[in-house]
Amino acid sequence: MARATKSAEASWTDRYPGLGTGLVSYEDSISPEFYELEREAVFRRAWLNVGRVEQLPRKGSFFTKDLAVAKTSVIVARDLDGRVRAFHNVCRHRGNKLLWERTPKEETSGVCRQFMCKYHGWRYGLDGQLNFVLQQEEFFDFDKADFPLVSVHCEVWEGFVFVNLSDEPSQTLLEFLGPMVRGLEGYPFDLVSERYAFKADLNSNWKIYLDAFQEYYHASILHSQQQVPSLRSFESGFKAPHYQIDGPHRMVSTGGWKGVPRHMLPHDQMYPIEPLTEAGLMGPWQRPDIPELDPANLPAGLNPGGLDPWSISNFQIFPNFVILVYERGWYLTYHYWPTSHNTHAWEMSYYFPRSRTASERIRHEVTAVISKEAGLQDAGTLDGTQMGLESRVIDKYPLSDQEIAVRHLHKVTGDWVQSYLRDGRGVRA
Amino acid sequence: MSDSLLPEEFADLEPFAARWCIPGEPARYTARLNSTMADMQAFYDAAFPRVRDAMAYLDQFRLDELPERAENLLHLVYSFVMVSLPVEVWHQPRVIDAGTAYFDRYLEPAP
Ligand code: FES
Ligand SMILES: [Fe+2]
Repeated sequence: MARATKSAEASWTDRYPGLGTGLVSYEDSISPEFYELEREAVFRRAWLNVGRVEQLPRKGSFFTKDLAVAKTSVIVARDLDGRVRAFHNVCRHRGNKLLWERTPKEETSGVCRQFMCKYHGWRYGLDGQLNFVLQQEEFFDFDKADFPLVSVHCEVWEGFVFVNLSDEPSQTLLEFLGPMVRGLEGYPFDLVSERYAFKADLNSNWKIYLDAFQEYYHASILHSQQQVPSLRSFESGFKAPHYQIDGPHRMVSTGGWKGVPRHMLPHDQMYPIEPLTEAGLMGPWQRPDIPELDPANLPAGLNPGGLDPWSISNFQIFPNFVILVYERGWYLTYHYWPTSHNTHAWEMSYYFPRSRTASERIRHEVTAVISKEAGLQDAGTLDGTQMGLESRVIDKYPLSDQEIAVRHLHKVTGDWVQSYLRDGRGVRA
Repeated sequence: MSDSLLPEEFADLEPFAARWCIPGEPARYTARLNSTMADMQAFYDAAFPRVRDAMAYLDQFRLDELPERAENLLHLVYSFVMVSLPVEVWHQPRVIDAGTAYFDRYLEPAP
């Protein structure tokens, strides 16, 4: 089913009546009080992706993940049975941050047989059990079995490691992800593991930056230079032809600019580096010769709108995790980790199949460099959006049909906070 | 034994080698921001016609066993990639409308 433009009857937003079409407030992105609620209602209740299994290649592999939004740090480790577990990164003795390397403010990773506290040397097994206490006889009525590391709910889906900070998650990870996101199951994430990772401290609420990556309405303006000068036009607004919502999650698919995949444009409609290296914004031109990445073998849920041509599917997994899968055989992820009501730590990773040759690696580098430059434009602009919103000169804003995902994120976040308040749970001190 | 940085087939690029054989994207990005457009244009003009040759040359080796000069050549190509957007697109070292945004590439494959 080819559909380069939306069909006449279609308003994407109207298909989800709960969303409405009215003006939207971004108070949820400028209010310190709302942020305090969101920490509890969203970030202590939702499943959060903290990494991938490739970061835990063997028994004893571990990494830490600092979650400022929950004022904690977690240890994610592969135990001696090969199981992935998570614990709060806090020593049971006097509360020291258990694992850190250069400074307690930075994350760390490595391989070990047990975790040892730098303060008084207490040691814990990879299963979290307290194994050694210095001068144990000096303690009173003391049983090591009473002081394991505090465990965190941890589940793995398609190689993505998720944690849930609630005492008892109301849903399993698979229930939480739901059928639309689970449509990605079967994509060969394990074969696409050559990683380029970036981080940035950004001066906007996490949702404001996420919004810029869930609509393509801005692409022809803010990223006008993605087109060579002769093709730039304010009239040629980019329309993504498929939008879908499932529970708290969203997805958007595109079929390329005006329905033509970038690598099939005439060469004079590209920048010289693209035909020179045969790579660009959308990836290396040549799809890797890996059967699992052949479109015929990809899971149907990857392109649920059946777009033809299809270029990108952009899955926004609530609250703060995004997976973009490219037709050219690679994918990227974004994470938006709040650090206050108007700042967040942003992470981006590009994943390609392992390069077998230098020219494959060079093509990955081309994509990684070009793609990052567009992100820099988003980041530069979003400081300005946060400033404008914080002026509170305007309290309600319109959203177009193409911005349905923006509408949905703010709606869902508000709904989770409302349901948390209905449950009668005050904000934790 | 000469003290050249690049394989002898790429002697024409040797004048750019000391400046642009840079391992690591953060250092290449810094070099770009600290360069004039004239510097980058000169490097770009010299390297552009040799990029395909460099790719073919490098592909003779196993990627994880590149000889030292070949690895330098690879880093030179990476720098060409880094300056290509200022030259082809932005006409300035910084990305237009990026403000002071900075993304730290803290992990990348080697080489
Ligand atoms: S605080 Fe960890 S051993 Fe004392
Ligand atoms: Fe953007």
